[in-house]
Amino acid sequence: MIFNMEFETLPREAIEAIQLRRLKAVVERAYEAVPFYRKKYKEAGIKPADIQTLEDIQKLPFTTKQDLRDNYPFGMFAVPMDNVVRIHASSGTTGQPTVVGYTARDISTWAELMARSLSAGGATRDDIIHNAYGYGLFTGGLGVHYGAERLGASVIPISGGMTERQVLIMRDFRPSILTCTPSYALHLAEAAEENGMDFADFNFRAGIFGAEPWSESMRQEIEKKLHLSAVDIYGLSEVMGPGVAMECQEAKKGLHVYEDHFIPEIIQPETGQALSAGESGELVFTSLTKEAFPVIRYRTRDISSLNYAPCICGRTHVRMTRVSGRTDDMLIIRGVNVFPSQIESVLMQVSQVEPHYQLVVDREGNLDTLTVMVEVGEGAFSDEVKQLQSLQAEIALHIKELLGVSVKVKLVEPKTIARSQGKAVRVIDNRKI
Amino acid sequence: MFADQISVFLENKAGRLAEVTKTLAGASINIRALSLADTSDFGILRLIVDNNEKAETALKDAGFTVRTTRVVAVEVSDKPGGLLSILEFLDSRKINVEYMYAFVRQKEDNAVMIFRFDNTDSAVEALTEKGFSVIKGEELYTM
Ligand SMILES: [Zn+2]
Repeated sequence: MIFNMEFETLPREAIEAIQLRRLKAVVERAYEAVPFYRKKYKEAGIKPADIQTLEDIQKLPFTTKQDLRDNYPFGMFAVPMDNVVRIHASSGTTGQPTVVGYTARDISTWAELMARSLSAGGATRDDIIHNAYGYGLFTGGLGVHYGAERLGASVIPISGGMTERQVLIMRDFRPSILTCTPSYALHLAEAAEENGMDFADFNFRAGIFGAEPWSESMRQEIEKKLHLSAVDIYGLSEVMGPGVAMECQEAKKGLHVYEDHFIPEIIQPETGQALSAGESGELVFTSLTKEAFPVIRYRTRDISSLNYAPCICGRTHVRMTRVSGRTDDMLIIRGVNVFPSQIESVLMQVSQVEPHYQLVVDREGNLDTLTVMVEVGEGAFSDEVKQLQSLQAEIALHIKELLGVSVKVKLVEPKTIARSQGKAVRVIDNRKI
Repeated sequence: MFADQISVFLENKAGRLAEVTKTLAGASINIRALSLADTSDFGILRLIVDNNEKAETALKDAGFTVRTTRVVAVEVSDKPGGLLSILEFLDSRKINVEYMYAFVRQKEDNAVMIFRFDNTDSAVEALTEKGFSVIKGEELYTM
């Protein structure tokens, strides 16, 4: 169902008219209120008045994660603190966390976009939503929560963790929609199995999964194990949080970006040059309506492409393809670009292999080596050494065919690869460069 | 005429084999025979125990990947050439042996070999027909 029929089905000319009006306003506001933007635009010789068409956005400099870090904690806020009603922060695993703020109106906009997203994912006001995204500084939990309330659905604010209890609640409360990270969804399936329960006996109809890149084959795995229809949600705290873009249940082919609130662009990561529709590159977002924390041409480091073809669901907003990797997750192995998601898709194609893997990069002498650790579950286990060796060889061959890089495949015992309750640790890079 | 063997996947790292035996001992299961096939990074531990069901449950609960494999136990006379005569016979019938290992008996004179064939049914049929003594599972587990 389409939550906001008027805005989600606007003709392209109307979308562009709204975008241009809002773009001019946000650039003006950022220039006036945020010293960072004013300084950067002055250095680039750009004034807000130079934005006359949507293409003029390309004249504006990019904003990077480092810029946000340099302005830690509140330097990028465009309103005084008395107008800020909420603060979130991204995890600081790769450095200083980035801090974002919201006005009351921002929270309301976010709730609207999350209500649109949940609706596109199949939820209605009659549903019970089991929300296993973490509540806290992370935007996932509260983002889904406010959207579910806006939609009028019932939310179970379970958050992450205490997996066994989650499974009991799923059995007893009979929620119909699951929201969490895709790796946690698989973790829940395992926990149910360990406790002698089966998702087939639960009441789930749809699952809305995001906050980490996942693949088409992982979708099949989740749908099979959890007995629900899985769709992808996209967002990042710097741009807003979950609900920047959402896949529709009707097509399950790409995520509609809410273009009345954001302008997406795809650029060549090395040169910053704009790429045309259909080309794969780094996703860049401009927020059009955010008050407390406007971002202009924010480089997400996520790899995607844009598809302007009409969608069978009736929504007219452009679709981004599911994020296939991150520019900073990208491993360069002997000159070859490798994304963990590509390895994952190979593993899912090889029958019986569990979707639990880890990539370990080492440097032996001057040569980079990539070891793919794969868990041997009951499905893949054979009593004969040569069978397991041929499984190793098959995986290595498929990876070589797809990526052109030779890897060592190491079979490991189940559950030796650490499961996180949030984001999975997929890469261990031991190279000291 | 078959026997069930428990096969366990092991990573080639210190302490895993001990962990299996500890798990089985904890569940009061006796290991009757054991063979480890290993490569540089993983191994397959094959076990004949006195209680397959209990062993499988205990190992699974301890997080191991386990499967039950059908094997054949054949008595080998304790004379020079005892084993050779079986192998020559199997060869003459083109029966392929995937692997084999010895089962040690405490009291009897004759030894027992555990065989894994790619075609168990026809191997058992041929062996019995020829007069080799194939030992039943139930008998084997308590030997
Ligand atoms: Zn659609």
